[in-house]
Amino acid sequence: MALSREQLAQRVAKEMQDGFYVNLGIGIPTLVANYIPDGMQVMLQSENGLLGMGEFPTEDAIDADLINAGKQTVTAVAGASFFSSAESFAMIRGGHVDLTVLGAFEVDVNGSIASWMIPGKLIKGMGGAMDLVAGADNIIVTMMHADKYGNSKLLPLCELPLTGYGCIKRVMTDLAFIEIKDGAFHLLERAPGVSVEEIIAKTAGKLIVPEHVPEMVF
Amino acid sequence: MAGFNKVVHSYDEALAGLTDNMTLMVGGFGLCGIPEGLINHMVKLGVTGLTAISNNAGVDDFGLGLLLKQRQISTMIASYVGENATFEQQMLSGELNVILTPQGTLAEKIRAGGAGIPAFFTATGYGTPIADGKETREIKGRHYVLEESLTADFALVRAWKADTMGNLVFRKTAANFNPMMATAGKITVVEAEEIVQPGELDPNHIHTPGIYVDRVIQASFEKRIEQRTVKAAK
Repeated sequence: MALSREQLAQRVAKEMQDGFYVNLGIGIPTLVANYIPDGMQVMLQSENGLLGMGEFPTEDAIDADLINAGKQTVTAVAGASFFSSAESFAMIRGGHVDLTVLGAFEVDVNGSIASWMIPGKLIKGMGGAMDLVAGADNIIVTMMHADKYGNSKLLPLCELPLTGYGCIKRVMTDLAFIEIKDGAFHLLERAPGVSVEEIIAKTAGKLIVPEHVPEMVF
Repeated sequence: MAGFNKVVHSYDEALAGLTDNMTLMVGGFGLCGIPEGLINHMVKLGVTGLTAISNNAGVDDFGLGLLLKQRQISTMIASYVGENATFEQQMLSGELNVILTPQGTLAEKIRAGGAGIPAFFTATGYGTPIADGKETREIKGRHYVLEESLTADFALVRAWKADTMGNLVFRKTAANFNPMMATAGKITVVEAEEIVQPGELDPNHIHTPGIYVDRVIQASFEKRIEQRTVKAAK
């Protein structure tokens, strides 16, 4: 079975380490915050100027001056800090964030990512995505392996305009956990009950499959 | 005004000298930390042909959306404009020129502008449409794009506390683009929730020193929330 959005987030959360500063994008990446292992301390960075993002506030604690990058009202944890957008992107561009998780429309075997623009459709802007992919070393892209017609989103070469060139090393899809290196996708893990054959069929870019592909553990 | 007293008492004074075809920076992220009263007064003034530099474009009936509705903005420099139907329609019809800029590059362009740096190299956007027509350079094995800095005729800033000399303190994530913009306007106008006397703000805790600020006006704010997300009380 392909992973649900929640399961995908749960598997990504296992890549966190105690003491990590983490930036989570909008969508599935946001859900990752719900699965941070007990006893592990992680500080969430929100690029609008908050390090140490907490959960949503209770109704009586809502503060219009305290939002996340998705413009949702949030709280700040003990030890949090506020800062300007320039400072925020100094952290991101300067490589100070330990793990970045964001979504994508397409990735390719060169580690390029397309996530912000579909020609002919309305362009809303890239927000901070281009800075995040250019600045971070440790990025996990979360995405569906194929579109609803079964067309692969893991390509030999991205077809959509890029968000970043050659910057993605790991991709977590609803079917598989994949590493990108040496101009190919490398299959690391498969979703429980998903066959290697299905992953091969839905991966358009060159895919290296080892002899044994373990199932994901949650 | 006398000496370092930068307080003005009307929006006409606050925006004196603002005319058609000027370039403006407007602070805020979404609707958080926007100078609401200054924007509303620009609608009243009816200035047109404006170039607006702001991370977002407001919503249809609040923030910069109000200026868009009146067709007062001809060029918009922003990183994300997803929440505004008026904007979409004007962009698609071609009457609004939109320069989409990565958020971190936008912040740094403004920071650099205020700091007298004409341009800088960044890896952001290399190999993407953002780099089209721009100089690129390989430095220590990595590719970078040359991005030029930004300044403006007016920077419109929202602060939490200001003293009469223009020293500023921002509150929580309402800071966002405001501190950089305060440095990059030929005329920087600050709309503050509270104005205090010099000495009342701890010099250790001032975010923006008064040297960058030209005018300060006291205001009350609606502080509209875009995405009201809550958890159940225990």
